[in-house]
Amino acid sequence: MKLEEVTDSSPISGVSRRDFLKFCSMMAAAMGLPGMGAQIAEAVTVQKRPPVLWLSAQECTGCTESLLRTNHPSLERLILELISLEYHETLLVGSGKQAEEWREKSMQENKGKYILVVDGSIPVKDNGIYCKIGGKTALTLLEEMASQAAAVIAIGSCASWGGIPASDPNPTGATAVHEIFKSKGIKTPCVNIPGCPPNPYNFLSTVLYFLTFKKLPELDEQARPKFAYGRLIHENCERRPHFDAGRFALQFGDDGHRKGYCLYKLGCKGPETFNNCPIQLFNDVGSGAWPVGTGGPCFGCSEMGIGFTKPIHSPASPKYFTPPSILPRIDEKRGHGLTIAGVAVAAGIAGAALGAGAVTAKKLGKDDEEQGKSGSREK
Amino acid sequence: MEIKRRDFLKMAAGTSLFLATGAPAMAREQKSLPPEAVGMLYDSTVCIGCRACQPACKQANDMPVEHSTPDSVWDDPIDLSAKTLNIIKVYTTGRGINKDSETDGYSFIKRHCMHCVDPACVSACPVSALKKNQQTGVVSYNKDACIGCRYCQLACPYNIPKFEFDKTFPQIRKCQLCEHRFKDNKFSACCEVCPTGASIFGKVADLQAEAKKRLTLKPGEYYKYPVAHVKSGQVSYRPVAKYQPKVYGEKDGGGSQILMLAAVSFEKLGMPALDEASDASFSENIQHTVYKGMIGPGVLLAGLLFAAYKSTNKKDE
Amino acid sequence: MNEESKPLGGKILTKPFLVCAFFAAIAAVLLVKRFIYGIGAVSNLSDGYPWGIWIAYDVVTGTAIACGGYSMALLVYIFNKGEYHPLVKPALLASMFGYTLAGFSVMFDIGRYWQAYNLVLPNYMQFNSVMFEVAMCVSLYIGILWMEFSPTLADWIKAKGLQKMLNRVMFIFIAIGVLLPTMHQSSLGSLLLLAGKKVSPLWHTGFLPLLFLISAITMGYAIVIFESIVSSVGFKREIETPILSKVAGFIPILIGIYLVVRFADIIIRGKIGLIFAFDLKAVMFIIENILYVIPLVILASPGNRVKTRQLFIAAGTLLLAGSVYRFNAFLIGFDPGAGWQYFPSFSEIMITLGVIASEIMAYMIFVKKMPVLPSMRHA
Repeated sequence: MKLEEVTDSSPISGVSRRDFLKFCSMMAAAMGLPGMGAQIAEAVTVQKRPPVLWLSAQECTGCTESLLRTNHPSLERLILELISLEYHETLLVGSGKQAEEWREKSMQENKGKYILVVDGSIPVKDNGIYCKIGGKTALTLLEEMASQAAAVIAIGSCASWGGIPASDPNPTGATAVHEIFKSKGIKTPCVNIPGCPPNPYNFLSTVLYFLTFKKLPELDEQARPKFAYGRLIHENCERRPHFDAGRFALQFGDDGHRKGYCLYKLGCKGPETFNNCPIQLFNDVGSGAWPVGTGGPCFGCSEMGIGFTKPIHSPASPKYFTPPSILPRIDEKRGHGLTIAGVAVAAGIAGAALGAGAVTAKKLGKDDEEQGKSGSREK
Repeated sequence: MEIKRRDFLKMAAGTSLFLATGAPAMAREQKSLPPEAVGMLYDSTVCIGCRACQPACKQANDMPVEHSTPDSVWDDPIDLSAKTLNIIKVYTTGRGINKDSETDGYSFIKRHCMHCVDPACVSACPVSALKKNQQTGVVSYNKDACIGCRYCQLACPYNIPKFEFDKTFPQIRKCQLCEHRFKDNKFSACCEVCPTGASIFGKVADLQAEAKKRLTLKPGEYYKYPVAHVKSGQVSYRPVAKYQPKVYGEKDGGGSQILMLAAVSFEKLGMPALDEASDASFSENIQHTVYKGMIGPGVLLAGLLFAAYKSTNKKDE
Repeated sequence: MNEESKPLGGKILTKPFLVCAFFAAIAAVLLVKRFIYGIGAVSNLSDGYPWGIWIAYDVVTGTAIACGGYSMALLVYIFNKGEYHPLVKPALLASMFGYTLAGFSVMFDIGRYWQAYNLVLPNYMQFNSVMFEVAMCVSLYIGILWMEFSPTLADWIKAKGLQKMLNRVMFIFIAIGVLLPTMHQSSLGSLLLLAGKKVSPLWHTGFLPLLFLISAITMGYAIVIFESIVSSVGFKREIETPILSKVAGFIPILIGIYLVVRFADIIIRGKIGLIFAFDLKAVMFIIENILYVIPLVILASPGNRVKTRQLFIAAGTLLLAGSVYRFNAFLIGFDPGAGWQYFPSFSEIMITLGVIASEIMAYMIFVKKMPVLPSMRHA
């Protein structure tokens, strides 16, 4: 596909050149690459469409569903024009043996060139028998497919760090993709796009970045693209001013909740969850279209150790602390004043000392008198 | 009674032992500004209370978070502490709606070490843990010298040195003007991040000139306030407030390298009303008069030795 | 040497001793807590009130009360009044313990005690510091006190030769032992000079060193009288009233000088009006000075000086007056600014109480085992 071809409105996609460049610019903006739109457009039009294989393990298809709801580009544009989706259980036309054969053929043809996307966690307990496709365990399939891929994208929290299947007591031994890589010694580069589901644009942007620059975007220590997971939800949240001012919703439906106050006290995990939900939003329907925007506290779906781990309504432990917008007064109460125990013991000592003094003085008085008497008698 | 030569030598030895441990003393003038003195000018009327300087200070000095509410969700110190070297506080009165006004108004104040020209803490410290840099005038702390007596805390008129009462191995904490950043050609982090130019860094001489200039401006007229550094070239163009006719720190407590301007009286902003003479010179002059060259104690000791010798010997005989 | 004093004898584990031991044990436990969790764990000290009762009582008041040895040495050796000699040794012993425990208190009050030796390192010494002078003087004086007391120890261990040698050079220690308290008792007052405006003008004056010195000497005589009477009553011995009355004769003169300086200074500085504010500071100022006037009035009349009860009351009030003066100057008159507050915590007071208790315990042991108290004279 050439860039020029896009100029003619394709009957399938119905995308004009203008719209296409707009899409590429938006993707570039999402990745923090302003001005790179044209280069991305070039990359996705000039090259042969890159083959993508999608492996589903212990998953709920939420990630796919999320992907289906994109409109720039729409899913059909993505899989028919931008990439060549070779294998995906949900979207594949064929099924059964036919599908598996195609997967193997494609892997052979595109050895070392295809992108492998994995959603769902990989069960490892009892040799991984808890998830099988075409008679093979997900574990075996991952090993086979990952070792020959150019890059692996682990989409969703399950693939990224275990997600729901891995939560306690984790009966299937659900394991994240990169951990399987570590234990099996697979060296293929792996990107994690956690979320439940992740924002589809974070996935698309990563794919397009890879196509354009032939390398993965900059990743953080958990192998998440920094352009999407570089900041806490808390840092971009539209309710942040309420947090800084100490205005919190205390119950669902209370006055504060209806006024759009901060959801921290309802258990919002924004202060400890790295994601770009507040700026990327969901479903392309405009502002407020993300959990916190609709009044639901973030539950940290994308953050390992938070989502599906920490109780939903227990308060978050903020990662970074900043001053609130309320300032301390000049003469705030400081130091430690009277305490009951302190005063009691001080009073006790004073009393005892005075009492002992008085008793001694009294006794001495008597002695003096006696001495005085005896003295005068002697005289 | 005649004093034998041997006894006299004994006495002399005792006296000189004393002189060696005593203080060499001279009456002392109030100290003046070091040649390369650097400091800050804080203009309360330009401050918007955004507190960008607080996290910047913590980051630059690697200081921990401090919570003062049970929620523990903010870094919200109520005052300077061993965890907080820089703070913005607010004065409010009445309804608290008019900036820089003493009626129904509010005003901000930024607190940290004033880097006094003649610091009480330096005079107080028995082990030279607090020292004033001869060139830059920065008052810095050396934990390897400190014995933790907290006399500096008692002495400081601004209550600046803070002690880690909650630590097993505590130390004193105070603003050191980001001295450690100077070598990278950087200056105090709080000034660097200040968005309005409320806090600017620079040579004290330049800052004094800048402060005096501001006092000559007409309220309401627009002025180009330097941002970050007095010589940064960046400015924030804004109307001039009605200043109190005073540069706090010019002479207060013997002068300081941090200068302040405000539209509300400094006492209301919690700044102590200090004399122009520093407490350090007052205290040291009294001590130096008493112990001048250790002559007084030396003579006293000689007399005491004589008297004691006489009375104890008489008894023995 | 031993004719005028001898060991008291008797068993050590008496009831008062055990009570003291109980308080000392509590303090010991609390001190363990202090050394593990920091000063803030047991005290109410704060950045506004960095010095509390540990300094105001244990060090400043404690050493003033322990000035008996100094005051008596001044009288006996310097003004050559040999007739008071029987009072020297017990006074010296009390001073020794008072100062030693003040030194001990400093070690748990200072935060970085393990670096206390920096005081004697030439590169760290800071000669302009009043604190340096106090620290050096007090620690030297503790040594001197032990030296002054050493002949008694030598006598106790029956080292006749050593005792003789010590007695020969004793005049040096006596002379230094008078110089040092003169220096540091005044300097304890000078400590407050630096605090400037934080100390109320009722106490902050250039005459602080002089006032502290005079009041320490008066307290020295007061404690000699007080202690002599209390130990006579406690150990059921005859009271040395005649000699005590002579000592008491010096007190009114000293109080007179003190009060003249005190009030002339306040009036000349124009601060006398502060008394009529009738706030805590003013009330405490009035109490403090009434406490000074009481012994002045009692002891001004020679008739009262021969009555044990009057002597006891006068000495007790004078000790209280000196203590209140010191507490006022260091705590009540000290105001670090609006909002700051301080009252000692339960643990803090218990530690101070434990220090006093151990002082009394040590005194009991020493007088029972060593020739300290004057031998009984037959009436």
